[in-house]
Amino acid sequence: MANETPVSIKVNGKEEQRDVEPRLLLAHFLREDLGLTGTHIGCDTTQCGACTVLIDGKSVKACTVFAVQADGSEVTTIEGVGAEGELHPVQEGFWEEHGLQCGYCTPGMIMSGIHLLNENKNPSEQEIREGISGNFCRCTGYQHIVNAIQYAAKKG
Amino acid sequence: MTSTEARKQQYRVIGTRPIRHDGLDKVTGRARYGADIHLPGLLTGKVLRSPHAHARIRGIDASKALALPGVEAVVTAADFPIHEDMEIDLVETLGNLRVLAENIMASEKVLYRGHAVAAVAATSAAIAEEALGLIEVDYEVLPPVLNGPDAMDANSPRLHENMTTHSVAKRFERGTDTGVGSNIASHLQFKLGDPEAGFAEADVIVEREYTTSTVHQGYIEPHTATALWDFDGQVTLWSSSQGAFGMRAQTAAVLGIPESRVKAIPMEIGGGFGGKLNTYLDPVAAALSRETGKPVKITMDRAEVFIATGPTSATRSRIKLGAKKDGTLTAAWSELVYEAGAFPGSPVGAGASTGFAPYKIENILVDGYDVVVNKPKVAAYRAPGSPQAAFAIESAMSELAEKLGMDPIELRLKNVIRPGDRLPTGVPLLPTGCEEMEKAMRSHPHYNAPIEGPNRGRGVAVGFWGNAGNSSSATVSVTADGGVTLVTGSVDIGGTRASLAMQAAEVLGITAEDVRPSVGDTASVGWTGQTGGSRTTFSTGLAVVAAAEKVRDEMVKRAAILLETEPEKIEFDAGTFKNGAGKSLSFQEVAAAQVRTGGSITASASSNPRQVGPAFAGHIVDVEVDPETGKVEILRYTAFQDVGTAAHPSYVEGQIQGAVAQGVGWALNEEYVWSEDGRMENASFLDYRMPTTLDLPMIETVLIEEPNPAHPFGIRGVGEVCIVPPMAAIANAVANATGRRLTHLPMSPGRILEALERPATNGTGG
Repeated sequence: MANETPVSIKVNGKEEQRDVEPRLLLAHFLREDLGLTGTHIGCDTTQCGACTVLIDGKSVKACTVFAVQADGSEVTTIEGVGAEGELHPVQEGFWEEHGLQCGYCTPGMIMSGIHLLNENKNPSEQEIREGISGNFCRCTGYQHIVNAIQYAAKKG
Repeated sequence: MTSTEARKQQYRVIGTRPIRHDGLDKVTGRARYGADIHLPGLLTGKVLRSPHAHARIRGIDASKALALPGVEAVVTAADFPIHEDMEIDLVETLGNLRVLAENIMASEKVLYRGHAVAAVAATSAAIAEEALGLIEVDYEVLPPVLNGPDAMDANSPRLHENMTTHSVAKRFERGTDTGVGSNIASHLQFKLGDPEAGFAEADVIVEREYTTSTVHQGYIEPHTATALWDFDGQVTLWSSSQGAFGMRAQTAAVLGIPESRVKAIPMEIGGGFGGKLNTYLDPVAAALSRETGKPVKITMDRAEVFIATGPTSATRSRIKLGAKKDGTLTAAWSELVYEAGAFPGSPVGAGASTGFAPYKIENILVDGYDVVVNKPKVAAYRAPGSPQAAFAIESAMSELAEKLGMDPIELRLKNVIRPGDRLPTGVPLLPTGCEEMEKAMRSHPHYNAPIEGPNRGRGVAVGFWGNAGNSSSATVSVTADGGVTLVTGSVDIGGTRASLAMQAAEVLGITAEDVRPSVGDTASVGWTGQTGGSRTTFSTGLAVVAAAEKVRDEMVKRAAILLETEPEKIEFDAGTFKNGAGKSLSFQEVAAAQVRTGGSITASASSNPRQVGPAFAGHIVDVEVDPETGKVEILRYTAFQDVGTAAHPSYVEGQIQGAVAQGVGWALNEEYVWSEDGRMENASFLDYRMPTTLDLPMIETVLIEEPNPAHPFGIRGVGEVCIVPPMAAIANAVANATGRRLTHLPMSPGRILEALERPATNGTGG
């Protein structure tokens, strides 16, 4: 299609080169072009946080960034977290502490949790709440999610 | 957590907290939700929605849209069969096929802003979007009516010219046709005893009016549906829904094809809370697939979820309570007006039958009105209809306690309903622990802690929900390695794969991890009602237990063959088969020998409970009201609930905490803001403000475990009743903190500030 721009984005350690329309959001690029459907879309307007990914280590809502803006960046999605057979402590925390019900907000929550712990190894409950306040969960009341991140912090 | 743990000593698995089977997929992003499906040749569907709250459709011209390259089909109501009124099963709400079909695609009139009028299938989302703008709809705009009490006025604009009021004396009945044309779809009346005489006996009377705004379930995953209408006439659906069988039934009915031609495959679901019992998209995607011969996926954006799916009713409730000086309730009256949205079917029946249920009252009159207005047709939302009535009645109860000079929990205990007492519907209450729960509230440290600091207050409220039963199916099959697979028809929204696997494990003497649970599609498991009504762990659990028992009995027979004895002599204990003479076989050994001892071991069963087991919840909340900003902060929250046997206590706690979070949103912030012409002015998560981590404290839960006699392990539905008390508990706490009673939800900062300008009343009773 006309009016496409080449981008080169390192996603989960792998260089991805595509021609994309400038209006394409990173969230759609990840889901539609790369098939990385673990990045969920809940609101289209950057409130819910279900599409949170890391860009160069910082948590970002992927529906608020155009794919072309991520050109030259390193993007980590939920699929790039942890290794085969070895979950990241935050992933493990969500599973062990029952930090999810429907699971739809979970990938975004985990990405925000990872960013939080990268910045602050030993957050207080209030710091955890602030760190994930950009992510909605409608099922849990957040308590088990806070517990999950505390579990991960303890595990280091 | 406080819990009567001792009761559960008899169980090995029930009452423990295993991690969920689907957890790995969900923390690694591998779980596949509805929108994650991708099929060869997949087209994107989009829906054109009415810009008017009330209008007649004079004509639709889609020729320009069809001419756009990449557009493969446009459908309108003309592409769907015309339906008569016919009841269909939607678990918690009345379903009417004509209403369902007209809500999915408007035919002669649009009845709310957002009502679907046409749909497009195209090769990309951008083309589909552009095509919507090329469809020309000729509307004759009509005046809308936007709230229940206005719509009841005989001179109000009428949504349905032929609709007449039905008079109903029993919930779920259509009732008798009064022949009176009106926006009032039905008037429901329950009466116990002699209310007039009861009020005459009263020493103290409280009479108040309360209102609530439209609120949405707010699940994070937008609705999505993918359909493929194959060349042989078979239709396959990949849905985000609370039940594949419900989607199959609704889609087949709307399309006018036999159910047997539709296969619905449930995908993971990103929350429902009642809002995904009804279909909005599946039949539309199927019709577009029929026209194009290709699979079609339609996914709503968030604004569409707000304006075009079913929120819950805005309401007006008038309450009158009469009591003796000692607190004995002599009579109670409620008049409940529930907005149904554009078509009949508000949950006023549930409001009418639950509001007074925590109390033994001899004389009750309840009038409920189901009223159509030019807003989206409401859908179920967690204990549908009960929270609005409870907000009104529990606020009035605490005001009554204050007038009587009584402690608000004492007043509730004084009148507490006990097993065998009649509910407002006239039905006797099954064994439940309402009284135990209220005593636990009274003696809890939270209730007895002093409230320190200015602008702080404490409130309490209780609530009731009947819970659903309905039928479910399950299949248990033994694997050669000594585990079992478990297939049920219940979509798992909050952890039911685990809670069901635990029940199979309990029966079979194996661990929860030995059971591999999955959610079957409509072709691979027997009919199963939708995941709603707090029914899955209870009713699908009954099917699982029955299937597991059949498997266990068959395993005993096989063990007898292997141990060369009679089945009657086999003792089955915690997964071991003993012959009584010192020889034994493990579950795994019998499983490994299944083929050579008589063939594969598998059993299916279905449930059909005659009794269900209702639930009570009671909440204590401390708040602080900021007199400068009007913001209410939740300082401390303790939620008590009769949960029956807590199958998986962490999941029970999670249900309660999640419901409290939704209740806090409903109480303090969430509402649809309507323009005068019926447009929702805040159709985004920015402006429709749901609670975040910063709006909530840790929520303490106290589980009262009164076993449910209708389930062999005493399991009771737990997911819904916990959203019933929060709004009234918080309103009572605000009254206690400020001396002002707020009678409208939400108690948003602006409304708090307005209230603070009024002189304080004596309203300090939480």
